[in-house]
Amino acid sequence: MSHPDIINISIAILFLPLLGFVSVIFLSKKISKMYIVETVILGLTLALSIYIGFQKLFVLKGEEIVFAFNWLDYDNLTIELGIKIDNLTVIMLFVVNLISFLVHVYSIEYMRGDKRYNRYFAYLGLFTFSMLGIVLTHNLLMMYIFWELVGLSSYLLIGFWFEKDSAANAGKKAFLVNRVGDIGMFLGILILFTTYGTFTFDTIFAQIGEGIMPFGSFEWLGIAGFLVFLGAVGKSAQFPLHVWLPDAMEGPTPVSALIHAATMVAAGVYLIVRIFGLLTADALLYIAIIGAVTSFVAATIAVTQNDIKKVLAYSTVSQLGYMVMSLGIGAYAFAFFHLVTHAFFKASLFLGSGSVIHSMHHEQDIRFMGGLKDKMPITFWTFVISTAALCGIPFTSGFLSKDGILAGAFAFGNLTGHWIIPVLGFAVAFLTAFYMSRLVILTFFGKPRDQHKYDHAHENPKLMTVPLMVLATLSIFVWFSFNPFDSSSGAFLGEWVKTPTQAFAEGSYEYSQTGMQTVHEELTPQLFEEEIHHAHYPAMFLSLGLTGIAVFLAFMIYYREKISADNLESRFKGIHTFSLNKWYIDELYHATAIKGTMVLSRMLFWFDKYIIDGIVNGSAYVTRFVSYLSKLFDTFVVDGLVNFSAFITGFFGASLRRVQTGKVQTYIVYVVFSIIIILVLI
Amino acid sequence: MEGMPILSLITFLPVLGMVIILLLPSRNEAGIKYTALGITLLQVILAVMMLSGFNYNLPGVTDESTFQFVEKFRWIEIQEVSWLGTVKVDYFLGVDGISMPMVLLTAIVSLIAVISSWKIPKAIKGFFALFLLLDTGMMGVFVALDLFLFYIFWELMLLPMYFLIGIWGGPRKEYAAIKFFIYTLLGSVFILLVMIGLYFSATETLADGSKVFTFNIIELANQANYNSDGILSPFNPQNWRYIAYIALFVGFAIKIPMFPFHTWLPDAHVEAPTPISVILAGVLLKMGTYGILRIAFPVFPEVTRELMWYIALFGMINIIYGAFVALSQKDFKKLIAYSSVSHMGYVLLGMASLTSTGINGAILQMFNHGTITAMLFLIVGVIYDRAHTRGIDDFGGLATKLPVYTGFVTVAFFAAIGLPGLSGFVSEALVFVGAFSVESIRVVTVISTLGILLGAAYMLWTLQRIFFGKFNEKWEGLTDIDSREMAMFIPLTIIIIFLGVYPSAMIDIMNTSVSALAEFMNSAGNNLLGGM
Amino acid sequence: MLHVGLHHFLVVSSILFSLGLYAIVTRKNAILVLMGVELVLNAANINFVAFARYGDFGASGQLNALFVIVLAAAEAAIALAIVINLYKHFSHVNIDEADNLKE
Repeated sequence: MSHPDIINISIAILFLPLLGFVSVIFLSKKISKMYIVETVILGLTLALSIYIGFQKLFVLKGEEIVFAFNWLDYDNLTIELGIKIDNLTVIMLFVVNLISFLVHVYSIEYMRGDKRYNRYFAYLGLFTFSMLGIVLTHNLLMMYIFWELVGLSSYLLIGFWFEKDSAANAGKKAFLVNRVGDIGMFLGILILFTTYGTFTFDTIFAQIGEGIMPFGSFEWLGIAGFLVFLGAVGKSAQFPLHVWLPDAMEGPTPVSALIHAATMVAAGVYLIVRIFGLLTADALLYIAIIGAVTSFVAATIAVTQNDIKKVLAYSTVSQLGYMVMSLGIGAYAFAFFHLVTHAFFKASLFLGSGSVIHSMHHEQDIRFMGGLKDKMPITFWTFVISTAALCGIPFTSGFLSKDGILAGAFAFGNLTGHWIIPVLGFAVAFLTAFYMSRLVILTFFGKPRDQHKYDHAHENPKLMTVPLMVLATLSIFVWFSFNPFDSSSGAFLGEWVKTPTQAFAEGSYEYSQTGMQTVHEELTPQLFEEEIHHAHYPAMFLSLGLTGIAVFLAFMIYYREKISADNLESRFKGIHTFSLNKWYIDELYHATAIKGTMVLSRMLFWFDKYIIDGIVNGSAYVTRFVSYLSKLFDTFVVDGLVNFSAFITGFFGASLRRVQTGKVQTYIVYVVFSIIIILVLI
Repeated sequence: MEGMPILSLITFLPVLGMVIILLLPSRNEAGIKYTALGITLLQVILAVMMLSGFNYNLPGVTDESTFQFVEKFRWIEIQEVSWLGTVKVDYFLGVDGISMPMVLLTAIVSLIAVISSWKIPKAIKGFFALFLLLDTGMMGVFVALDLFLFYIFWELMLLPMYFLIGIWGGPRKEYAAIKFFIYTLLGSVFILLVMIGLYFSATETLADGSKVFTFNIIELANQANYNSDGILSPFNPQNWRYIAYIALFVGFAIKIPMFPFHTWLPDAHVEAPTPISVILAGVLLKMGTYGILRIAFPVFPEVTRELMWYIALFGMINIIYGAFVALSQKDFKKLIAYSSVSHMGYVLLGMASLTSTGINGAILQMFNHGTITAMLFLIVGVIYDRAHTRGIDDFGGLATKLPVYTGFVTVAFFAAIGLPGLSGFVSEALVFVGAFSVESIRVVTVISTLGILLGAAYMLWTLQRIFFGKFNEKWEGLTDIDSREMAMFIPLTIIIIFLGVYPSAMIDIMNTSVSALAEFMNSAGNNLLGGM
Repeated sequence: MLHVGLHHFLVVSSILFSLGLYAIVTRKNAILVLMGVELVLNAANINFVAFARYGDFGASGQLNALFVIVLAAAEAAIALAIVINLYKHFSHVNIDEADNLKE
C-alpha cells in the first residue's frame, strides 16, 4: 500500500458522497429508489475508510501522508489546498462514515413515506461530503470552506420540514449563530494568513516554532488562535453561541443523531485539535473556561427539559463543553478520545430516542411516555447501555474517556489553582447522571402515562434496531482498551493519539513557546501527564461516587417517587423556572442582538428614505423651486423688458402710421416740401 | 482573427442589430426578438473568440504596447485652433486584463437579459432597439481607451436606459427614470470637467515629434507627459489634483452606487422591467468601479494612495449600511437592490487595498456580483411575472409548489451570502485577504466582516419568508419555471459554481494586469508623494 | 427790343412745372393728375432745349427732349389704359378712393 493509493482512496472517500448528492438531486425525479444508491455509496465509503484506517494505523503507523496542490497561484498569492492523513484523520473518517452509514440505513425506515424522501438522502450525502472535507483538510482555508458547507447542509437538514415555521426558523438560527462564530474564525484565519502567507497547518506551526508572531507579538498569536477557536464556539455550540443546537432538534431525528450529536458539532472540537499548535497558554485558559461554563450551563438546563430530544441536545452541548474544556487544560488526547466515544453513544441515544418517537407517533414529551421497556426491548437495552456510557459508568467507553477528562481537570486545578474547572467538571458529572437517569426512568420505566399512544407503541423493524445495536456495542470498553479502568493501556491512547507535545518533540516545533509553560513556568507537559496519572484514582472515585448518588436520587424521585418531584419543583421554583427557560439566554439575545439589529436596520432605512433620499429629492425640489422663480423672473422681468421695448416701438409705429396715408400725392407733397427745406437750409 | 477589428465588431454589432430591428415591421415580433437574440449571441461568441486569442501575459494598464486587439486611428483632427494648437481625438479601443472580464460579463448578461425580455408586453420594436443601443454603450465603455471616446460611450448608455425605465417601467417609472438620468448626468458633469482639465494638462508626443494635448488614458497616466503649469499636473504646486480626483471619483461613485449617492438605485430597480434591472445591476454598476480602476487610479496614483483609507471607509459603509437597510425591506426587488449596494462595497474595499490580491478580488467580485445579482433579479422577475406582487410577506411556503425554482433560488442566495464552493465566496475572501494585509485599512476591514453575517441574515430571512413555512393557498395556481426561464438560470448557475470551484479561470485573465496596476500604483504613487 | 435769354425760358418752364406739380398734388381726378404729369414733362423738355441752345452740349438736349416726348406718349398710353380699367372697376376715376391695396 503506497502513499498515492491512500491519497487516491481518500479523495474517492471525499467525493463519493458528493457524487451521491448530485446524482440523487438530478435523478430522483425519474428514479424513485435513488435513496438506495446514496446508501450504497455510503457503504462503499465506509468500507474504504475502514481499509485505509487499517492501513494507516497498523501498517504505516506514524507516517503522515500529505497531498497538496495550488488552488490559486500568483506572483504574490499562493493558496494551497490539500489533504493530510494521519491517525486522527483515519479515526475520524471511520467514525463519520460509520455513523453516516448507520443513519442512512436507519433513515430508510424512519423517513419512509416522506414526500421528499430522496432529497433527504441527497442532503445526507452533501453533509457527509462536507464533514469528510473537514476531517481530511490540511489547511485552514479548506477547513473554512467545508466548515461553511457543513453549515449549509445542516441548514438544509434542520429545515427539512420547512413547512413548519419552527423548523425553518431553527435552520436559519443555526446558520446565523454559526456565522457569528465564523466571522471570528475568518478574522483569525486572516491574521494567520497575513502573517504566515499560508493556510497550511504544519507550515504555520513550523513558522511559529521559528518564533515568527503575528504583528510581531505573542499576544496576537493568542488572539488569532482564540479567534479561530470562535468558529468552534459556533459549530460546537459552546456558550454563549450554544442556543442554536437545541432548536436544531426540529430536524428529523436521524439527522440530529448524525449532525447535531455525533459529527458536525464535533467538528469544532476537531478544529481545536487541529490548531492546537497555535493556541497560547492564555487562549487555552479561556477555551477551558468557556468549555467548563458551557458544560455546566447545558447540564443545568437539561435537568428540567421534558422533550426527549431537548434533553439529549443539552446533554450534547454539555459533553462538547467537556471536550473543549479538556483541550483547554491540555488533555488533548482525552478530548479526542471523548469525541470518538461520545459520537458512538450519543448517536445511539439519538437513534434510540428516534425509535421511541417513531413508535409513539411522533410524541416527544417524556411526560407522556413511560413503561416502554417491555414493548421495545432492543431500543431499551441499547439506550441503557449508551446512557451508562454517557454517565461514565464502568465497563463503558464513556467511563474511560470521561475519567480521563476529569482526571485532567483535577490535575489542572491542582497545578494551576484554577479550581473552578474541576469543580464545574464534577458538578456536570453529577448532573449528567441525574438527568439521564431521569430520562431513562420516565421513558422506559413506570406506568404508561398516555395509554393510547402506549398501546400503539411497538418495537421497530430491523433497519432501525440494527444500527442501534451496532452503536451500543461500540459503547463498550473493549474496543478502546482491554483494561476497563485504564484507557492508556489500549491502542487508541497508547499508540494512535498523542498530544502534540510528544508528536512535535522531534520536529522544529517547541511546545514551550505556546504551551502552558510560558505562564506557569513550573508546569511542563511532562509534569501535567504525571499529575493526570496521580489524579486518576481520586478523580475516578469522586466521579463514580457523584454518579452513584445522582442515579440513586433520580431513582428515588422518579421511580420510587419517595421524593416528590413536584414538591422539589415548587420548593426551588426560581431555579427550576430559570433552568426550564434555558437561563433566558434566547430571550436575552432576542431582546438585545436581534431587536437591536432590527431597530438599527429600520432606523437606517428611515435615514435612507427620508434623509439621504430626502436630500436628493430635496435638491430636486430646490431646483424646481429655483426654476419656478426664474420662470417668474423670466416672465415678468426679462420678458417684460422685451415686451416693453416692443410696446414702445408699437406706440411710435402707431403714431407714425398716420403719416403713411398710402397716397402718392401726399408723399409728393412731403417730397416737395422736404426738398424746399433742404434747399433753404443749404 | 488577425487584422479583424474584433473590438469594433463586438461594440457596434448591436447598432447593426438595432438598424435591422428598425427596418423590420413592428408586427414581426418574432423577427425582432430573434434578431436581438442572434446579435447578443454573436456578441458572446465574439467575446469567447477574444478570450481564446487573449494573451494572459500582457499587462496593458499603463503600457500602450501591451494592450490587445488594439484599434487606433485619428478620429477628429483640427489643425491650428486658435491658441489650442491641434485638437485631436483618437478612435482608440483595446483590452487588457482589467477590461477583458467586463467584456465577457457584458456579453453574457446582455444575452441573458434578451432571453428574459421575451415577454415584454408592449412596444417590442422600440424596446429591443433601445436595448441594443444600450448594449453598444456598455461595451464601448469597457473597451475605449481614449477618454473622449469613453465619455461618449458613457453618455450613449444613459439615454436608452432612461427610455427603457421610463417607458417599460412600473407605476413610478417617470420618477425613477428622471432620478436615474439626472443623478447619472450629474456624475457625468464631474467626469467631463476633470476630463477637460486633464486634456489641458498633458501632452502626447506624436510620431513627428510634435506635442499635442491628449485624451489618451494611457498617456494621461504617464506623469512625464504633464506640463509643469498644467492645472491638473502633479508638478503644479496648486493642488487641484485632489479636487479633481474627488470630482472624478464622485462621478464614478454615483454609478457604483456608493453611499451616500446610492438612492437612485433602489428606485430605478424597483421600477425598471426585469431585463433592465438585470443589465443595471449586472453591468452598469460595474462601469463605476471600472472607471475608477481604469482612469482614476492610474491617472492620480498619488492621490489614490493618500485617500485610500477613505475609499475603504466608504466601502465599509456600503457593506454594512446596505446590508442593514436590506434587512428591513418588504419589497423583494428593493431588498436585492440594497444587497447590491452592500456587495459593491466589497469591490470598493478590495480596490482600496491597492494590493494585487485585493484588486483581483475586487474585479472578480465585479464579475461575480454581475452574474449573481443578475440571477437574483431574474428570480424576482419570475415570481413577479406569476404573482404580480413583490411583497416578501405576501408569499410563504412556495418551496412546495415551485421546487425547481426554489433550487435555483437557493443557489443564488447562497452565492450572494458567500458560501464556499460558489463564486461569491472566492471574491469576498480575496478582497478581505487583500484588504486585511494593508495595515492602514485593517480596522475598516475587520468591521466590514460584519457584512458576512448581515448578508446571511437578510438572505436567509427572505428565503424563509418566501419559500418556507406554511403554504399560502393564494398561490395555488403558480407554475414552476418553464424551459425559457431555465435557459436563463442554467448558464448563470454553471458560471457561479464553476468560478466557485475554479476561480483561476477568471483570475488568470486579469492577474498580470492587476499586478501591473498594483505595482504602478505603488511605484508611481511613491515617486510623486516623495517628489512633492 | 427785349432780349430773350436763357432765364426767360427757365421762368416759363418753372411756372409750367409748378402748375403741373400743383395739378398732380391737388387733383383727385386721375385724368387731371395725368395732365399735370404731362405739364411737368414738358417743363423739363423746355429746360432741355433751352440749355442745349445756350450751353455747350451739342444736340444732346434736343435728343433728350425727343426721348421724353416718346416716353410721355408711352406713359400716357399705359396710364390712360390704367385709368380706363380703374373706371371699369370703380365707375369713377377718383384716386383717393382707389385704395384697395392698402388693407
